[in-house]
Amino acid sequence: MAVRVQEPDFDIGAEMDALTAGNPDIGAVASFTGLVRSGAGEITEMELEHWPGVTEQALEAIEAEARGRWPLQGVTIIHRYGPLAPGARIVLVLTASPHRAAAFEAAEFIMDYLKTRAPFWKREVGPAGAKWVDAREADKQAETRWYTR
Amino acid sequence: MRVLYFAWLRERIGVPREEVETSAATVAELVEELRGREDRYALAFSDLAAVRVAVDQEMTTLDAPLAGVREVAFFPPMTGG
Repeated sequence: MAVRVQEPDFDIGAEMDALTAGNPDIGAVASFTGLVRSGAGEITEMELEHWPGVTEQALEAIEAEARGRWPLQGVTIIHRYGPLAPGARIVLVLTASPHRAAAFEAAEFIMDYLKTRAPFWKREVGPAGAKWVDAREADKQAETRWYTR
Repeated sequence: MRVLYFAWLRERIGVPREEVETSAATVAELVEELRGREDRYALAFSDLAAVRVAVDQEMTTLDAPLAGVREVAFFPPMTGG
């Protein structure tokens, strides 16, 4: 399945193999992996909440929009939820295309849309207590720039 | 109708979901009703600029009508990735 929301970790190599297997026309796979930052020790755990069912639909819509914009031969989006430690992988985006430009751009687009349109919420836990992460204006602007293309 | 809460809205209200009997015509009217009920709702909805809403799982705005709606969800701006 191209879109997965799961608690367990993922294996980037295995996911790339699965994406490209049997398709010799793929010339480029771009990958993005998001990790939990420790923020210089301020974060000891990151808790990710999501909206089961609706999250998967949102990611599928984002994937479909990317496929409409670029000639992609495969897309994988995996997003984890639950408690994650610093250094843990949170999200994986793989985009496969005959050429690199489409793969790079589509991966960036998917991440920008995912940040503002998929129902995930982050809560950081640290020595100072727990705190919900505020949405960043920079993420909204990163998404907005794709409207005008 | 079913009302869902996520992230800090869920924490402040104390439940992830509940059934609400309402005659509110819009989401904004529903919010006003909830605010009038108990302090925990008043606190959760104290800053509406920080609240997003989905009606029957579609993102919308506070002025959205509620006629025929089965589910309303309230949550803060999303922070995935």
